[in-house]
Amino acid sequence: MDVLDIDYMLGLLPVLLRYLPLTLEMAAAGMVLALVLACLLAVIRVLAIPGLNAATLLFISFFRGTPLLVQLFLFYYGLPQLLAFLTQINGITATIMGLTLHFSAYMAESIRAAIVGVDRSQTEAALSIGMTNGQLMRRIVLPQATRVAVPTLMNYFIDMIKATSLAFTLGVTELMGATQKEAAGSFLYFEAFITVALMYWGIVELLAWLQRRLEKRLGEAYRR
Amino acid sequence: MIKVQGLVKRFGAATVLDGIDLEIQQGEIIVVIGPSGTGKSTLLRCLNFLERPDAGWLQVGDLSVDVTQARKADILALRRRTAFVFQNYALFANKTALENIAEGLIVVNRWTKARAHARAREILERIGLADKADAYPASLSGGQQQRVGIGRAMAAQAEVILFDEPTSSLDPEWVEEVLSLMKQLARERQTMLVVTHEMGFARDVADRVIFMDGGRIVEQGVPSHVFTQPQDARTRDFLRKVLASQTSPVP
Repeated sequence: MDVLDIDYMLGLLPVLLRYLPLTLEMAAAGMVLALVLACLLAVIRVLAIPGLNAATLLFISFFRGTPLLVQLFLFYYGLPQLLAFLTQINGITATIMGLTLHFSAYMAESIRAAIVGVDRSQTEAALSIGMTNGQLMRRIVLPQATRVAVPTLMNYFIDMIKATSLAFTLGVTELMGATQKEAAGSFLYFEAFITVALMYWGIVELLAWLQRRLEKRLGEAYRR
Repeated sequence: MIKVQGLVKRFGAATVLDGIDLEIQQGEIIVVIGPSGTGKSTLLRCLNFLERPDAGWLQVGDLSVDVTQARKADILALRRRTAFVFQNYALFANKTALENIAEGLIVVNRWTKARAHARAREILERIGLADKADAYPASLSGGQQQRVGIGRAMAAQAEVILFDEPTSSLDPEWVEEVLSLMKQLARERQTMLVVTHEMGFARDVADRVIFMDGGRIVEQGVPSHVFTQPQDARTRDFLRKVLASQTSPVP
């Protein structure tokens, strides 16, 4: 027997690739929803809206303070016991929900920091020409905050792609779940898991490349 | 016409503006001088509501506001009638020179992008930066940035442009080009209220010089009068100190 069964790995690749779309879809849905929620939470924190601010702090504290796996189990196994209509919830929905809530808590804080970091003079200049708070946020502050927030947000996105692998614990056959099944059938655990590891790595490297291009484009206005 | 009555601004226990009364005619160029920390900048910022005054009346054009009663709509209307030039330029860092000038026209005046950009190009021409239309602030010199800042204020077509020490942050080599643009605006009878330490500009360009100290207007008049026959001891003291340090002495 060879040390490494390369042929098996090459044969496994197309099988696993069929599950890649589901993994990416869960990550993309989680990222978009988490971004929207995080922006909302960040603005509540920046404007210190009474009542909502305290609720936001509690939300962030809970979802940053507990493991993602615990949250996923809570949504998938725990909540249906409490709320009957949730018996319909499937593993994919529960995963997207978990990823959204968990990562929005982290992202809200980095978005808040980026907004607060935009120089006060930018806000004053926008006010001085008669812009409303909404206009100056949308046209001046958020675009500048985006540039600062992109590197950390991309980090969370990368983390989120890898975190979709936890969906397999909810019975979802995504990339990790499929690998587990293949490995159990062939007993070539090392080959199977090193293959899937390389696939995750490849996706993340691709994203990192995209991130560098995006950062370069966003930084264009700041080159001297 | 602009009318300020009994304007008061406090920061905590400190009264920074202590009852300012001021009238500015259309086309008038007024320079405000005085020691640091006497409320000159605060006066400008209150006129633009970047600071909320604690008492007084403001009238700009057809808009008259009791500052204690000012609502959001009043504040926006007031800001649209007053343009501001900042000491640190405060250009929008994510926008080109052209976009900086066009931004208010698009967002506040609801012009189409094409119309706003056409106007912005005209203004760039007038401020001598037509070739820098697509340059971002970070790539412009201090003098160029401040000229774009003035261009942005020109675009607003406000009743008055408020200049808050427009040359104080500039390296000496850039001061002249900014002052000369301001002189050009003065010749076109753009109403201006200028806080500056450039005594030469005050003497050559101002219709009226106002000396402020301790949050009050101590003395005002035509430059030749204020500079040569200051009535108040504080004005004399201030002018002696300032003129001694500036290169071109007042005759």
